[in-house]
Amino acid sequence: MIAPEHLGAPAAGSGIETIAEAFEAARADGRRAALMPYMMGGFPDLERSLEIGLAYADGGADLIELGVPFSDPLADGPVIHAAGTAALSAGTRLHDVLELARAISARVPVVLMCYANPIYARGLDRFADALADSGASGLIVPDLPHEEAPEMLEACERRGLALVPLVAPTTPQARLARIGERARGFVYTVSLTGTTGERAGLADGLAGVISRAKELTSVPVAVGFGIATPDQAAAAAEAGADGVIVGSRLVRAAAESSDPASSVRDLVLALGRALR
Amino acid sequence: MTVVEHRFGRYGGQYVPETLMPALDELERAWIEAWDDAGYRSKLDGLLRDYVGRPTPLYHARRLSEVAGHPIYLKREDLNHTGAHKINNALGQALLAIRMGKRRIIAETGAGQHGVATATACALLGLECVVYMGTEDMRRQQPNVARMDLLGARVEAVDAGARTLKEAVSEAIRDWVTNVATTHYIIGSCVGPAPYPAMVRDLQRVIGDEARAQLLERCGRLPQRVIACVGGGSNSIGVFTPFVADAEVELIGVEAAGEGLESGRHGAPLTAGGLPGVLHGAFSAVMQDEDGQILEAHSISAGLDYPGSGPEHAWLRDSGRARYVAVTDREALAAFARTARLEGIIPALESAHAVAWALSGGSSDLDLICLSGRGDKDLAEAIAHLESIGEQ
Repeated sequence: MIAPEHLGAPAAGSGIETIAEAFEAARADGRRAALMPYMMGGFPDLERSLEIGLAYADGGADLIELGVPFSDPLADGPVIHAAGTAALSAGTRLHDVLELARAISARVPVVLMCYANPIYARGLDRFADALADSGASGLIVPDLPHEEAPEMLEACERRGLALVPLVAPTTPQARLARIGERARGFVYTVSLTGTTGERAGLADGLAGVISRAKELTSVPVAVGFGIATPDQAAAAAEAGADGVIVGSRLVRAAAESSDPASSVRDLVLALGRALR
Repeated sequence: MTVVEHRFGRYGGQYVPETLMPALDELERAWIEAWDDAGYRSKLDGLLRDYVGRPTPLYHARRLSEVAGHPIYLKREDLNHTGAHKINNALGQALLAIRMGKRRIIAETGAGQHGVATATACALLGLECVVYMGTEDMRRQQPNVARMDLLGARVEAVDAGARTLKEAVSEAIRDWVTNVATTHYIIGSCVGPAPYPAMVRDLQRVIGDEARAQLLERCGRLPQRVIACVGGGSNSIGVFTPFVADAEVELIGVEAAGEGLESGRHGAPLTAGGLPGVLHGAFSAVMQDEDGQILEAHSISAGLDYPGSGPEHAWLRDSGRARYVAVTDREALAAFARTARLEGIIPALESAHAVAWALSGGSSDLDLICLSGRGDKDLAEAIAHLESIGEQ
């Protein structure tokens, strides 16, 4: 374990603290890994996406990852890309997603997932103010690698928000160490070399990627991309993940079901059982 | 030693998913090594000479000069093999991919010229080639789709968004994220994350190096203005670069005003101003709404139909070293027809934007225009539009 740099203990009630507590609570509750479902804000529409977020909470989510729809989501596969496009067509704005964060974070901690440009368009400080005000605990920016992150990290840190970095199977050791040192909240480990989306199996060598990350950071290590089924979630926990992120499978259910909230609640319940 | 800029002033950077960061490092190291290696340079120069047909001519366009009221010289990139400047970059990067041990090549294309150039380089060098192209562009640039097919490339249709260049780049980046271990992405313009903007510039500056020497030899002087069209900006950065240190030479980048800047239906992020932003891995001038959603560009020319711009152009604009202007679809079409009638040269619709501005844009002692490509690919589209505006 490495002591976080430039950081005392997070202030009580800060987003960073809230995330740490969510991981601890999941453990205390007998879960092998925290369950962290992803949802696209404003998909299929605003009202139903709020119902989906609350259904995730009812299903036992430990932490919810809330996506901000973006016109050009480079890290996303077809399901989440299409959901983002639909949310934008339905008129979803950043402000709306922040209001979703406010409503959902009253039940479960929320981490916002947002591409870099909507953040720069608003301005880093204004964005971070709005995020903190919404009650969200942290931020994931899939196209903001370590080198470009210092200003964002500072803006988040000043408000007690966790800027969660991503690491990939391609990330070399020395780089992983640099990223792990500045990680707040958790490290988001991308399980495979590719975009988001369901896959038939888990990537080979996942346990190695996870253990490498765990050695080089003091925060929990969560795994996402390509995890869809209860079996895959269980296998990710088995491989050492402190948290399991499931996205495209749930977004697909939201797209296909006539009753999205109840469909995703059932899926989240099944995923949760698999993590016992 | 070769310098790869990550930033041009505040612009540039590497805004990509973490998965790609090690590949960008690898690419930058390989590029610096190659560009400093006489063996790589002589192989590339040999191909540019014997295969592409460089140096391309510098042509004094007398009848266009008469219309403009001052001498106009055209740098004839349209006479390159495959019909545009894109081959300069595609060959350089394909040779680099081989040095890196990557035998699978992906590319995006708008007008199809970069796709054809990449497919050509891959055929020549025995590499697998996949080209991403929006379905709207496949429709309006059909001859180039057929060419890529004939050259053995696989054209992947991209049906998202406005089905043009922006979506094709996004899809190519997603492919790269997935296949990065085996694949090199030959980006077609001076856009994208570092090292691409600097690398593509270095591979395209041959245009300006040749033109500068040719003009000095022919006229004993430098041009008053260097004029080139700007989509992502690779032919313009290529022709501008050797003139940047010549303070007396004006550098003019001509963007697509589409249906008019005020209509919002254009491809002129540098001219129209607005908030800078992140698109396709770089911070630069980008067309976007107040929420930071990227807007769809519009231009009659597929190669200029792009809401972003190379970061070095944004910096040249802010520093005042280059000036960016825009020309409408209608003006470009008129220049397209005029260049054909007066010079017997059918320019690409992209290049016609640069000609249009030179013919209307004030007084000059001598203009150098980069005629970046030829217009064969545009015939059907251009003739249909010319008929509709009664110019045919």
